[in-house]
Amino acid sequence: MINALQHLWAPLASTPLLWLVVTMAAFFCGRAVQAACKGSPIANPVLVAILLVAALLIATGTPYGRYFSGAQFIHFLLGPATVALAVPLVKNRGYLRRNLRSIGLALLAGSLTSIVSGVLIVKALGGTSEVALSMAPKAVTTPIAMAVSQQIGGVPALTAALAILGGVVAAITGQTLLRRFAVEDWRAHGLAAGVAGSGVASAQVAARNELGAAFAAVGIGLNGLLTALVAPLLAAML
Amino acid sequence: MFNAFLILAGCQLIGELVREGLGLSVPGPVIGMFLLALALGLHGPIDAGLQRMADGLIGLMGLFFVPAGVGIIAEADLLRREWLPISVALVASTCLSLWVTGLVMHHTLPPAGRKAAQ
Repeated sequence: MINALQHLWAPLASTPLLWLVVTMAAFFCGRAVQAACKGSPIANPVLVAILLVAALLIATGTPYGRYFSGAQFIHFLLGPATVALAVPLVKNRGYLRRNLRSIGLALLAGSLTSIVSGVLIVKALGGTSEVALSMAPKAVTTPIAMAVSQQIGGVPALTAALAILGGVVAAITGQTLLRRFAVEDWRAHGLAAGVAGSGVASAQVAARNELGAAFAAVGIGLNGLLTALVAPLLAAML
Repeated sequence: MFNAFLILAGCQLIGELVREGLGLSVPGPVIGMFLLALALGLHGPIDAGLQRMADGLIGLMGLFFVPAGVGIIAEADLLRREWLPISVALVASTCLSLWVTGLVMHHTLPPAGRKAAQ
């Protein structure tokens, strides 16, 4: 039986199709889990999918490189999806124009808080500067975060994981945390998700409110720009 | 459908070219997003096909993060050595940034037109 399975598995494991299907199926399971939990942000589908796929790779002894050679076709769609954020951005540009001052202030405050606190906490707890620098750009969207990490001397692969897991943290805690401080406005929820948790947290907000999605898109885009500009300067200072 | 995807991928390509040409550290897709926003802002109403494609891609965005996220298993050694600073900094710094951004928005937004989050 096990031999037969191995005969089936070995040729499949080296084709891109297997890892493409596994990734989609894992995400489908993640969504099903979230639906079963009545949309609870704690049952984040991205986190569930990552855990499922990671467990399968470890169980089958598949190296990440071989997995990624199949999953890269899904990874590729991040690009067009990021560009697509322009659509909610433009549809809600009236709101954005009217709130430009708030957006600018909140973006600056949130972005600097993320970079500085990330670096300082790692150092305070005895982490290496390699890890501290990988932590610095973790709030921005994964492709930007990896590019910045490379530039300032972090580990891009670690930053990619931190960017996604940070997004999961923001998606899980965002709505509860902000409501505890009487922040009920979708514009604030959206921007905070975009600035602190980039795409993953924004997906959580975007699924609930279109205005929130627009502010999240602005948060992702502007924080990406700001972090790409200031993280190298701050990293040299901290 | 096809046209819409062509527009999105085309904007990404132009974004990559702009990044290469000007030597920017901002990734191509983000430049592409701003270029498309600019073009749509000037052009007027959004085409129904593009709207559907954008809704579809944004709705599935979580899926697109999974392959890079699984990359964490390749950094197992680093994680084992520095799990404490990594996990504390990740959670605390993310919550802090979320809280600061939300609070500054809350205190500077004009109260009129506030929409309650449900």
